[in-house]
Amino acid sequence: MKKAICIPLFLVLGFFAQQSPLWAKTLPPQENSILPDFQLPIPANADHRQYLGLKGKGFFKIHQIKAKAVIIEIFSMYCPYCQREAPNINKLYQRMETDPQLKGKIKIIGIGAGNSPFEVDIFRKKYQVPFPLFSDNNFTVHKCLGETRTPYFFVVAAGPGSTQEVIYSKLGGIKDLDSFLQTIRARSGIK
Amino acid sequence: MKRYTLPMMVCMLLFSFSTTSAQTHSEAYKNNIYNPGILKPVDSKLKVRIGQKAPDFSLPSLTGKKVSLHQFLGKKNVVLSFVPAAWTPVCSDQWPGYNIVKDIFERQNTILLGITVDNIPTLFAWTNQMGHLWFPVLSDFWPHGKVASRYGILRSDGVAERALFLIDKKGIIRYIDVHDINKRPSLEVLVHELQQLPK
Repeated sequence: MKKAICIPLFLVLGFFAQQSPLWAKTLPPQENSILPDFQLPIPANADHRQYLGLKGKGFFKIHQIKAKAVIIEIFSMYCPYCQREAPNINKLYQRMETDPQLKGKIKIIGIGAGNSPFEVDIFRKKYQVPFPLFSDNNFTVHKCLGETRTPYFFVVAAGPGSTQEVIYSKLGGIKDLDSFLQTIRARSGIK
Repeated sequence: MKRYTLPMMVCMLLFSFSTTSAQTHSEAYKNNIYNPGILKPVDSKLKVRIGQKAPDFSLPSLTGKKVSLHQFLGKKNVVLSFVPAAWTPVCSDQWPGYNIVKDIFERQNTILLGITVDNIPTLFAWTNQMGHLWFPVLSDFWPHGKVASRYGILRSDGVAERALFLIDKKGIIRYIDVHDINKRPSLEVLVHELQQLPK
C-alpha cells in the first residue's frame, strides 16, 4: 500500500522539480578533483588522430591522448561568447604548437555541447579551428561535466591510475594566454 | 523487498531529474537568462499551410524602420524565425547560430527575419549580447502578437511558438516547422529545406 502511494508521489515530485527554474544543477568538476569518465569518437581526420596520438577507429578516453596536459573547451556554435573567443583559442593552439617546450606536451580539444556533427563542422569552418572538435549532440559529455555554461575550460593531467586530475576549471574565455600557459605548465609539471 | 523501496524511490527521483530537457547557455548572457522550465511543446493551432500565400505583415525592426514581407516578393526567399521570448534559454542560443551561417542563406538568395512578441527595447538589450546580427529582428509586440496570431502560432500565455516558415520569392509557404518550444530546431534540417527553395 505504502509503495503504491510512494511511487506516484516521487514521480510527481520529480516532475515538479524538473519544471522548477530554481532547480540547481551539479557543479562542473573543480580543480584537484578527478575528471568524470567519458569517451569520444576517434577522429576520422588523420591529422587530428596524429595530433592526439590515437590510432584506429572506435572511441577513446582523455587519458589516451598523448600529452602531459589536455585542455578541454566546452563550446557551442550557438554561443556568441564562444564565437568571439574562437580566434583567441586558435592563437592559444598556435602558441603551443610553435613553442618547442610545449609542443606535444599540451593538447587541446573542443566539445560542442548539444551540437550535431553538422553544427560542429560549421563552427570549425567558420573560425578555421585547427584542433579536433567533437560533437556532443545528446549532451552526454555536457551532463557528465556538470552542464556548464559556455565556453568552459577544463585542463586535466594524469592522476592516479588511468584517471585524469582536473588542474584548471573555469567558465569564460582565456584573457591572458601567457598567464594561462604559465599556470598550466606549473600545475602539470612541464618544465 | 520493503528495505529496497526507499533506495528505489531515490533512484526513480534522480532518473526523473536526469530526463530534464538538456540545454546549455552562453556566458555572454551571464545570470540574466530566466528558465521557465519545461513547457507544453506546442500550445496553438496553425492557421496557415504549405502551398498557401503567406499572410503579409509589417513590423517595426531594431533599426527603427518597418519591415514588410511584401518587400521581398520577387526578390528573395524569406525565412521567418519566430522565437518565444527574449532572455530565455533556447531562444538565446538559436539566433546566434543563424548569425554565423549568413553565407548559407545568401547562397540560397534568402533573407532571415527574426520575430518575437517582445518590445523593441527588450529586443535591443537582448540581441546586443549576441554580437552584430546580420538579419532584421522584428517586434510583434503591438497589437500584441498580431502576426503570430495570424499565422496561428500565438500560445495561450501570449508568447509565440518556436516556429520556422520558409516562404519562396512568390510569397508561397514552402516549409513549416512549429517546433517543440523546449528544443532548438535542427540547423541541418533548415539548411536542407533552404536548399530545396528556388534561388
